Amino acid sequence: MIRLPVLNTPVPHMLALLLMALLMALGLATAAPLMAQEEQSTAPYAYRQLDDPAKEEKAQALMETLRCLQCQGQSIADSDAPIAGSMRSLVRERIEAGEDPEAIRRWLIERYGDYVSYAPRITGLTWPLFAVPAALLLLAFLLLRRRFGGKPEQGEGT
Amino acid sequence: MTGTGNDVGTAAPRRWVIWLPLVLFLGFVALVMFGLLRPADRNVASALVGKPMPQFSLPPALPGRPGLDSKLLRNGKPHLVNIFASWCVPCRIEAPQLQALAKAGIPIEGISVRDTTEALQGFLEQNGDPYQRIGADDDGQVQLALGSSGVPETYVIDGKGKIVYQHIGEIRPDQLGLILDKLKEASE
Repeated sequence: MIRLPVLNTPVPHMLALLLMALLMALGLATAAPLMAQEEQSTAPYAYRQLDDPAKEEKAQALMETLRCLQCQGQSIADSDAPIAGSMRSLVRERIEAGEDPEAIRRWLIERYGDYVSYAPRITGLTWPLFAVPAALLLLAFLLLRRRFGGKPEQGEGT
Repeated sequence: MTGTGNDVGTAAPRRWVIWLPLVLFLGFVALVMFGLLRPADRNVASALVGKPMPQFSLPPALPGRPGLDSKLLRNGKPHLVNIFASWCVPCRIEAPQLQALAKAGIPIEGISVRDTTEALQGFLEQNGDPYQRIGADDDGQVQLALGSSGVPETYVIDGKGKIVYQHIGEIRPDQLGLILDKLKEASE
């Protein structure tokens, strides 16, 4: 439908169209960072790694299991949202100061609830998630043993 | 020994039992669909509501206007702490409501998040300035300490510095009553 008129147009016209599309795409690509700049996180370690590779590795492992509060499907390690930058800096600064990663996680859970962490905890609400599969396995084992368990012995006996 | 006997004995009741897995499966599908189609609430509320305000001390965001120290929130009077930014569009929507609250004599303290002095001055000139103090949270660390996940958010603090209520998003004109109720609750 749209292709036919484009095929009919002379080649220079098509080139001009292509060039225009390219320029517009570029324009959009450069406009977005400019808009985001004013709210970009200026926290010291938002976009800077820790100097000590061992500590940075620890921080990275923790950041991958913390949820960005704005773009909620991403971890703060993956997200470019300004608040994720602030959270990365918080994690790195505290790791640098020698704080235990799990203590930082607890600090955040204290403020934002379990939702902020991707690592599941066993609580009054979540224990069935862990208990039910175990109970089902046990049930399956008992049922299978009742059905097949007795027979080999009988077979051996006779 | 019981194997063959059982089979004969339970032959009749099994007719409905055979449907049980399908019914369970359909129930499971219904549960998943319910969860999938229910409109999601994406707000992350602070877990600190009902607890004391964390301690912080923020430098002034504007020359000639004091910054914000959490000690001040324990002066015996209820406060509103408004978390805002010049780059935040809903903050412009709630500005008239904050003005009205300020005119009614309610102390409003501001925390500006990831902002600059110039941008902030422009924002206040355009939208009015209801703030007694504005603390500059340029790195966003106090926002995290308060369990706030976005802007704007408004905390109602009682005279002892306890967080009574967290309002997520802009205060709309029809929500002024709600804020006043929470302030009354805070002054009791």
